[in-house]
Amino acid sequence: MIGIFFRRLVSAVPILLIVSLMTFSLMHFIPGDPAVAIAGLAATPAQIAQLRHDLGLDEPFLTQLFTWYGGLFRGNLGRSILMGQPVTDVMLFRLPVSMALAAYALVITLLLGLLSGIFAALRQNSWVDQVAMVFAMIGISMPNFWLGLLMILFFAVQLGWLPTGGYIAFSESPWGWLRTSTMPALSLALLQVGLLARITRSTMLEVLRQDFIRTARAKGLPRRLVVVKHALANALIPITTVIGIIVSLLVSGSVVTESLFSIPGVGQLLTQAVLNRDYPLVQGGLLIVTAVLVLVNVLVDVSYAALDPRVRYGER
Amino acid sequence: MASAEPLDDDGEVPPRQHPLRATLRRLFRHRLFVMGLCLFGIIVLAGALAPWITDVDPTKLSMRNKFRPPSTDFVFGTDNFGRSLWSRVIWGAQLSMFIGGSVVVLNAIFGTLIGAAAGYFPRVDNALMRLNDALMAFPAILLAIGITAVLGPSTVNAILALAIVYIPRTARIVRASVIVLREMEYVQAAIAAGAGHWRILRHHILPNAMAPLIVQLSFLFAYAVLSEATLSFLGLGAVPPTPTWGNIMAEGRQYMTDSPWIITIPGVALMITVLGLNLLGDGLRDVLDPRLRIQQ
Repeated sequence: MIGIFFRRLVSAVPILLIVSLMTFSLMHFIPGDPAVAIAGLAATPAQIAQLRHDLGLDEPFLTQLFTWYGGLFRGNLGRSILMGQPVTDVMLFRLPVSMALAAYALVITLLLGLLSGIFAALRQNSWVDQVAMVFAMIGISMPNFWLGLLMILFFAVQLGWLPTGGYIAFSESPWGWLRTSTMPALSLALLQVGLLARITRSTMLEVLRQDFIRTARAKGLPRRLVVVKHALANALIPITTVIGIIVSLLVSGSVVTESLFSIPGVGQLLTQAVLNRDYPLVQGGLLIVTAVLVLVNVLVDVSYAALDPRVRYGER
Repeated sequence: MASAEPLDDDGEVPPRQHPLRATLRRLFRHRLFVMGLCLFGIIVLAGALAPWITDVDPTKLSMRNKFRPPSTDFVFGTDNFGRSLWSRVIWGAQLSMFIGGSVVVLNAIFGTLIGAAAGYFPRVDNALMRLNDALMAFPAILLAIGITAVLGPSTVNAILALAIVYIPRTARIVRASVIVLREMEYVQAAIAAGAGHWRILRHHILPNAMAPLIVQLSFLFAYAVLSEATLSFLGLGAVPPTPTWGNIMAEGRQYMTDSPWIITIPGVALMITVLGLNLLGDGLRDVLDPRLRIQQ
């Protein structure tokens, strides 16, 4: 098990290297002089020269590359122009907010997606199935920020049940966190709920058609037991592989959700960074978020191997 | 190549029919596909006919008429500058279709080239797929935002950013089918007969790799339209006053309590597009690529 974990971790290293090289080169693709682009049109030549020096842009390309990787290995990703703080500090401060929101949305996704998918498969072609699949279709077709806007309009403005935006940390007040995070998490989860429900349904249907299910039923096991122990256990294996994609979609979606609900997370931070041309923050933020996602995928792969003996023994 | 005729469900030899016609017939019997085609068709038509079905310039200000709710004068109402929302949403449809279509065309070209090269020539496979994996490791929207940060917000740059984000995903699908097809006996036979690489790829492999690609491209159109709306909602797409569904909603957001139509109407248009394309994609998958079918 631990062997598989390390093997997967090692195989993620080349990807992380290319990802870091890509984020590094990002600033070098800015048309014209990056220092001018960052400083803006109103800057004096002296200010631009100072900025160019601060960002190391006056060094040869290779020196910049070595400085970037040297900093990377010491956990130094440069300094945010907008915040005036090291990028890693800003990110570490924001990450827990985004992670809490993503975790909340993931719980909603798993609960609603798995349950509706399973029930739809068990009652194939019934009205339960059809209603579930219509909702799943709407889920994957509805823009999450639009759903967010409609929810604000209805639950916050019309009914006044929930605040229109803002954020209260869980450590400060669990109830406040729940009140400020529920609408964002719901609007963020919708797409993934639809996706997971569709995948769960088709996987369950495939498993339920297998011979060993018929055998289990034929030897007189109760239906409930067969569904949970035989069918679900086998259907969950391929479903685990989707979790990595779902987390990646959650991170993508959280960018606009956080901006919409004024939640001070990574997504909102990076949008601000882009709008203010804070390139060190864009680079560092992109790299950290992607590295976290690569790690999540390693964990998903490992749990896949843990659940499926065929994968586990196949690697020996 | 006359051999045993395929039998249909009743065990009878079906009448001779061109394969394309047979496929089209099956598509048009697929109810959800037809529904998707109609929904998507409405938006494409609206976008294509924009100059003829709108009479007001979508950027023309008219402060006298601001915040008019939908009525016979203004079908979709007006926004905070008194601009006709009908004009803005219809021209927004044209821009969405242009951006979505461009991303799909770029994906079809480069996704096929990269995927075919990686699948057919093992020597470049590893390098290309490592690059692909790295690009796919980034969360889609964040990578698009990072690229627009570098290039600056504009319509063309949004197209470029979305193409770069999605081409690896398309290339991977093409590669998967090419790898399977390369090992097929008829391809081996063509190699033995002395056919060149180019001929084998063009005549024997790519035509058979089209089905999964077409399915992917119809879903891709939906993602591209959705992502573009997200980018322009965040202020990173086409620059105002050019109307896009995303920036209309972004501007209407602060007035949504009193003038909810400014955000609801472009949202409905966006949803019709994405829903239509998703239904279309499901239908195409059921008919063209039964292996991937979500069981009926």
